[in-house]
Amino acid sequence: MSLEVQVVSPERILWTGDAERVITRTAGGGGEIAFLTGHAPFVGALDIGVTRVLPAGGGEELAVAVHGGFVEVSGDQVSILSDVAELADDIDVSRAQAALDRLQGTTPTEDDAEEVELALRRAQARLDAAQRSS
Amino acid sequence: MAGGQERVLRRRIKSVQSTKKITRAMELIAASRIVKAQQRVAAARPYSERITEVIRNLAKAGAGRGSPLLEAREEITTVCFVVIAADRGLAGGYNSSVIRLAERALLAERAQGRQTALITVGKKAHGYFRFRGYEIAESFSGFSDDPSYEDARAVASFVTEKFEAGEYDQVRIAYTRFLSLGTQRATDSTFLPLERLAEDEAPSDGPTADYEFEPSPDEILDRLLPRYAEARLYAAMLDAAASEHANRQRAMKSATDNADDLITRLSRVMNRARQDAITTEIMEIVGGAEALRQGAGNHEDLLVDVVGGAHDLFPETYDSHHPHHPRSDA
Repeated sequence: MSLEVQVVSPERILWTGDAERVITRTAGGGGEIAFLTGHAPFVGALDIGVTRVLPAGGGEELAVAVHGGFVEVSGDQVSILSDVAELADDIDVSRAQAALDRLQGTTPTEDDAEEVELALRRAQARLDAAQRSS
Repeated sequence: MAGGQERVLRRRIKSVQSTKKITRAMELIAASRIVKAQQRVAAARPYSERITEVIRNLAKAGAGRGSPLLEAREEITTVCFVVIAADRGLAGGYNSSVIRLAERALLAERAQGRQTALITVGKKAHGYFRFRGYEIAESFSGFSDDPSYEDARAVASFVTEKFEAGEYDQVRIAYTRFLSLGTQRATDSTFLPLERLAEDEAPSDGPTADYEFEPSPDEILDRLLPRYAEARLYAAMLDAAASEHANRQRAMKSATDNADDLITRLSRVMNRARQDAITTEIMEIVGGAEALRQGAGNHEDLLVDVVGGAHDLFPETYDSHHPHHPRSDA
């Protein structure tokens, strides 16, 4: 028994396959949540962060930087929907690091504080995802 | 002159031939783009299907009461039209059919005394409405043949913002649906408020157990609806792009076929002209040779003799007025 996982962006299916376990972080301060087979039907909104998928039958854990989105679980099917999601392998680490450094160097004005905060978290999520998979 | 006509025709045939090369190339490009566009439509489907599914589940849980994107306004004073056309022409009736459909719908709304607003996607739509003096709230262009999700997001966020602010009470979207390779139809459908998904739909065959939600259903829905709007607009734009390429391919194919016909017809006319010219030339040569042959055999009949005859009749006149005239009978 394993989970059928789909990581879907609006433009294409990023990853699909069987997995033993999916860990993600939902919005609203709920912390991380892990899905195993037989999980109750679940719908959640995702925070900016890293979603980890442990493929069935061993193998390397797959890390996906997810910038918001949704997760739906029903009948051992897990769908991660995200308008911006990046597989760890596709992430340009040096670019993410550069963005992070640049953002940390700026002092946000009141107008763009929110944006800078979000950009920071995105850059951090990218780096986390990249590190986790390497 | 017959030779001149032939030259003109030859030049025309050449120009038609080079035009044909261009239209043929465009046809092939469009054909390969259709395939790609169709693949993108197919690739975008899982996301919108899933997101629809999630919304249905949320609706079952009773979320979405009072969500501004879902509620139909009681009184509609301003209707906004989003017209999706192409950036480029040479696509047969593609642009004009969707633009005219939108214009008709817009005028119908005006006739009912409503305000209208206009948002154009694609240079052709912008050009058409600007030329006719319509006020355009915003126009987007530069991506009609290959829209990305980001493009759809830009348009969607502009529209939903205005809708939520109450500037528009209804948003309609005019685009060309890609039904098949042979059929694309310009359609006009309501974009906002979002259709309320039927809550009492027949339950899917999957487990109907209650879902857990985190955070609350209403909060998820609030985040989800804008994404859903974007996905719907993105789907419309992808459909429009596929339709554009299909229309262009058809238009360019008929242009190429037409060029073929034209070349055949012109070649025929040119060959006839050439043959006419050759025939005339032969006739001239034959006629000339005949005249020469006759002249060689019967000297008395030639002009010189006639002139000589005239001299004989009026010797004084010719002598006084044409002193240098050679005397034939000398």
